[in-house]
Formats: sequence, structure tokens, C-alpha cells
Amino acid sequence: MTTVAVKPATMAQALTRAMRDAMAADPTVHVMGEDVGTLGGVFRVTDGLAKEFGEDRCTDTPLAEAGILGTAVGMAMYGLRPVVEMQFDAFAYPAFEQLISHVSRMRNRTRGRMPLPITVRVPYGGGIGGVEHHSDSSEAYYMATPGLHVVTPATVADAYGLLRQAIASDDPVVFLEPKRLYWSKDTWNPEQPTDVEPIGRAVVRRPGSTATLITYGPSLPVCLEAAEAARAEGWDLEVVDLRSLVPFDDETVCAAVRRTGRAVVVHESTGFGGPGGEIAARITERCFHHLEAPVLRVAGFDIPYPPPMLERHHLPGVDRILDAVARLQWEAEG
Amino acid sequence: MTVLEQRGAYRPSPPPAWQPRMDPAPLLPDAEPYRVLGTEAAGKADPGLLRRLYAQLVRGRRYNTQATALTKQGRLAVYPSSTGQEACEVAAALALEERDWLFPSYRDTLAVVARGVDPAEALTLLRGDWHSGYDPYAHRVAPLSTPLATQLPHAVGLAHAARLKGDDVVTLAMVGDGGTSEGDFHEALNFAAVWQAPVVFLVQNNGFAISVPLAKQTAAPSLAHKAVGYGMPGRLVDGNDAVAVHEVLSDAVRHARAGGGPTLVEAVTYRIDAHTNADDATRYREDAEVAAWRAHDPVQLLERELTTRGLLDEAGIEAARQDAETMAAELRDRMNQDPELDPMDLFDHVYAETTAQLREQRALLRAELEAEQEQHGEQEGGAR
Repeated sequence: MTTVAVKPATMAQALTRAMRDAMAADPTVHVMGEDVGTLGGVFRVTDGLAKEFGEDRCTDTPLAEAGILGTAVGMAMYGLRPVVEMQFDAFAYPAFEQLISHVSRMRNRTRGRMPLPITVRVPYGGGIGGVEHHSDSSEAYYMATPGLHVVTPATVADAYGLLRQAIASDDPVVFLEPKRLYWSKDTWNPEQPTDVEPIGRAVVRRPGSTATLITYGPSLPVCLEAAEAARAEGWDLEVVDLRSLVPFDDETVCAAVRRTGRAVVVHESTGFGGPGGEIAARITERCFHHLEAPVLRVAGFDIPYPPPMLERHHLPGVDRILDAVARLQWEAEG
Repeated sequence: MTVLEQRGAYRPSPPPAWQPRMDPAPLLPDAEPYRVLGTEAAGKADPGLLRRLYAQLVRGRRYNTQATALTKQGRLAVYPSSTGQEACEVAAALALEERDWLFPSYRDTLAVVARGVDPAEALTLLRGDWHSGYDPYAHRVAPLSTPLATQLPHAVGLAHAARLKGDDVVTLAMVGDGGTSEGDFHEALNFAAVWQAPVVFLVQNNGFAISVPLAKQTAAPSLAHKAVGYGMPGRLVDGNDAVAVHEVLSDAVRHARAGGGPTLVEAVTYRIDAHTNADDATRYREDAEVAAWRAHDPVQLLERELTTRGLLDEAGIEAARQDAETMAAELRDRMNQDPELDPMDLFDHVYAETTAQLREQRALLRAELEAEQEQHGEQEGGAR
């Protein structure tokens, strides 16, 4: 009998492993970006890939995000599967035109003749004490662009599984990596790593009956912590991890909300114009008669991302989530 | 006296020797645009090539006038004419091998058609029935790009990928003078030079970016000079001299194919028509300027060369004209037919697999169309 190593691994390690396995399985997979080669990425997520696969497969590019994504478009046209790293959330903005005007539309423009299987990896979100332009939550911009998949893992297993799926996808995928979870550990079996739900499916991470917390990426651990803390109040909170913002899993979300009749959407991104508004609207449209209270949002404030010494006041924490749940109770009784 | 100036004070050591990586002189373009027609060099040009260029120029000119006429009839939403620039368009297509790729901008329909794309399919973007009517892989022509210069990094990426695969494919990326101010132009040239990608950049400097003249676009000595800063050769050519453009582009393509890396070619030309039919060019340029460029017409220049050398007579000119007329008549007939559009196509090519949300929206549109049809049927029935 062989023993399979199931030991703690970080999300960063799982992501590296996902790229390594994808590159080994498919010679058309190419990793590219600023610092991804010799240095192994500023977060070391591409560590060792250039050494193992050579600089032609894991390429240090000039420092130019539009150029990185723009050349990846041409490479994808010629049959490669580029995996592009955008070092930090706010550094991706120069590449927006390529993403929005070409990457997201090329399949549509050519009526399916020219699909672009590009994965755009974007380390995003706050909580690591980064200076300005290093902590943005840019998911709403990507969500508003038809033609892109928008995916964000919150667990080590999902980091591996979703990234493998993203690279294998024939569509462009914006792969948002919650950088404050890069060093989060989990027991994970690298020998049977792909056993996760597909892109487009949400997962109930914790069943509950009092109310449903709907979240993703960096806010999942915060919601799970809030759910534990809520037991002291006698509340049994359900936690749904969206995993994929586009496509959106209405089915799982609505089933969860119908069970509890109450919902709070939790994310770091701004509330105004943020993903929570869309999610709350979808829930209200589909579950109105099952709701005991309005769908609430616990989001980042509607401010530019604050300086690191103040970010803890901005980021949704356990107390703010529990306050929202308390308001749901009040709405139900009132 | 500062501390550093005091006797015995700390003096920094001189920096290690540093030199530029290469002598920029060989990369510099000539002071004058390169010309062949009307010079002795024209005598060496291959008669077969001259005839091919001429036939395509005449067709191209006719295509431009026909498409412009179609905008007046409401058959095309807009058409950016390339009248006056036909030599660049034709030479671009003829400088490439079949396996090479062309990355056109929205004004480059002629190059696309000269590459073999169906003349009507090349116009669907401008007619409005679909964004790109042709299959990019059928003739290795990327879709016409509307945003400026954004197709240039694509050309670099494709060339790079082909080289990684071991294919000797060259890409030709076309851009206007205005497009050279865009960030994507810079990033594409920089990537191409660093990667030594087999790309040729062709700037058609037609004098204006809509209404803004070149002098307000750039302070560079010429657009070809920009190449030097990236470490690639810049070439300056008379864009109305089809033979010169073909020669310079062919040289650049050969250079790229042989592993020599990218070249930036600036073809100096002029946009005889307005930017599009929606533009009033009289507001920003003088008639005299247009007249001077009309006298330097690319079709006439080549025609004169051919007739002088006895390679073309009245009958030959008439035959080329007839061939272009036939093409125009066919194009007119096809464009005058209403395109058949299926609204359900709207949802078919957004993702490889339609999402649940799009399936719902698809069903909504289907129901709306059926209700429309039913109503239409009832009205017809009532009339009987």
C-alpha cells in the first residue's frame, strides 16, 4: 500500500504546482510577465518554472502590461496558451485596453473562429500592508466585461484546481489571486489535486440556518471566522464561497438563501458599484418571497484603497459582518 | 566651500566604464524617402512584378471609389478611404508569403483584399452586419483593428510564437501616423526588438490623424527615426512609389525571416479623401496641398513607368480598368443585397460554452422574436 502525502501546503505553492503541471502536460502553455523568470515572481508563485522549462516557456518580459497582454494575444492566435502575470492589481490597468478591446472580444468578433485561451493572473486585494496601488480589488471592472471569466480561489485546493481549469479553458480567464491568502496553509494532496468543482460553480463551505454569508477570495476566511464567532450569539451561519464571479452560480446562491431567508454579501471591493450590488440584485430578483430581510452588503468603504496603517478599518472584519447579521435579525423581528 | 571641496575630503570613485550597446548610425533612416520610379533603378525592376502591382493598384483605387459610393447609398455605415495610399496597401500584401500574417488597421481594407479575402467580407465591419466577416486563418489576416496600434503587439506575439515553434513566419503590422503616438506602438516595438521577433512595422504616414497634422503629432525628425531608440533599423520610403515600398518591405521581410529581427518602415504618403465620409477635410487643409499630392498619384506614377518602358499600352490600361470595373460591379451587387442576420447569433460566440445567464437571455429574445412573428402573422391574416 502506498501512502499518499497529505501535508500542509500554501496557496502560493499550489498555484506554482498548477502551472508546473500544466506546462508539463501541455507544451503550448507559456508563462510570461515581469520578474516571473529568474526571480520566480515577486511573490515566488512562478518559482522554478524558468529553470525547469527554460526561458522560452517562462519568460521575463519588458516592464509593460499592455505589451505583455498584447503579445500574449498574438501568441494565443498562433496556438499557444499564455499564462500572464500582472504583478499587482493596480499594475494591470495599462493592460485594460488589450483586455477589454481584444482579449474579451476576439471570439465574438470572429464568430468563434479565433478563441483566445489566455489566463491573466492578477494578485489582488489588501491586508498585506502594501503601499498605494498594491491592494486594489478590481474584480468589478472585469465582471463588467462580457467574454471574460472571472475566477478567484479561497482555498489551497481551489487555487490548484481552478488554475488548472483556467489554463485549460478555451476562453480568457481573469484569475484573481487573493494575495493575503498566498501564505495560508491547508492540508492538501498534490497527487490527487484536481478534485474541485468546475469554474462557474459556487460551494457551500459551511452549512447553516440563521443566515447566508456570500463571499469569495480574501473574505472567505473572515466569513468562516465570523460564523464561528456567531455561535456565541446562538446564530448558525451558512457560508457560500462563490469561487467564480463570471459565470455566476445563481443556482447554488439562491438555494442557500432560500434555506435561510437572509443574506449578507461580503467583499473587500467598494460597495457602490461593487460586485455586492449585482449579487444582491440577483438574489432579490430570484428569492424575494423567501427573504425575511433585505440583502445586506458588508464591503470596503467607497474610498480609494487606504494607506496600510489604516487598512484594517477599511477591510470587512468579523465584527462588521456580525453587526450586519444582527441587523438581519432585527429586520426579521421588526 | 562645501565639505566635498575641502582638501582631503571624500571623493566618489568614477563610475565603471559604460558604453551604448551598439552604434545607432546603421539603424538611422536615410534623409530622403527612398524612390525607384522615375530613377534609373526602375529599369531593373521585374516587369512581372510591375504588372502585378499595377493591376492591384487599379483595382484598389476602384474599390475605394466604390466603397465610398456605397456609404452615400447608406449601404456602408462608414468607409475610411485609402485613395492616394494604394501603393502602401498593395505592396504590403505582395511583400508577404502565403504563410505570413497581416495585421491591418481599419483603413487597410485594400491590403486585406489584395491578400485574398473576399471583397464583400472585408466590409462587414463597416457595413455593420458583423464585426469581422472573414476567417482570420483562411488568409492569415487578423481582423481589422479599430483601436489604434493595439494590433501591433498581437503581430509581435504571433511572430514570436511562430519563431518558438520553428516556423519561418513573418508578420506585417500596419499603423497610421497618429497610431505612433499610442502606448501600444511603443510597447510593440520594444517587445519586438528585445525578442528579435520577425515583424515588420509599416507606418503609413498620410499626413493627418483625422485633422491633426504630423507636426502636432510628433517632434521626431521622422517616424522612421523612432526605430533607432528601440534598436531596430528605420527605413523611409516614398509611400506613393509602389515599387519602392514593395522593395523596402520585401527587404525587411527577408531580414526578419532570416532571423535579423524587426524593422520599422515609414511610408510617406497622403490621404486624398477625408478621414471618412463623416469628416470635412476642408477645415484643416488647403486645396493646393491636396492638388500637389494628386500630381504625385501612385497609380499614375506606375502607369507612366510601365508605358515608358513599353510594358503597358492603351489596351492594357483598358483591360486593367475593365477588370476593376467587374470587381466593383460584383461588389456593388453583393452589397446591395440585404444581409441575412440571425439575432440568435448574438449569444453564440461570447463564451465557448454559453453561460446560464446567457441561456436565459437567449430564451427571452427567442420569445420576443416569436411574439413578433405571431403578431406579424395575425396582421397579415387580418388583411386577407
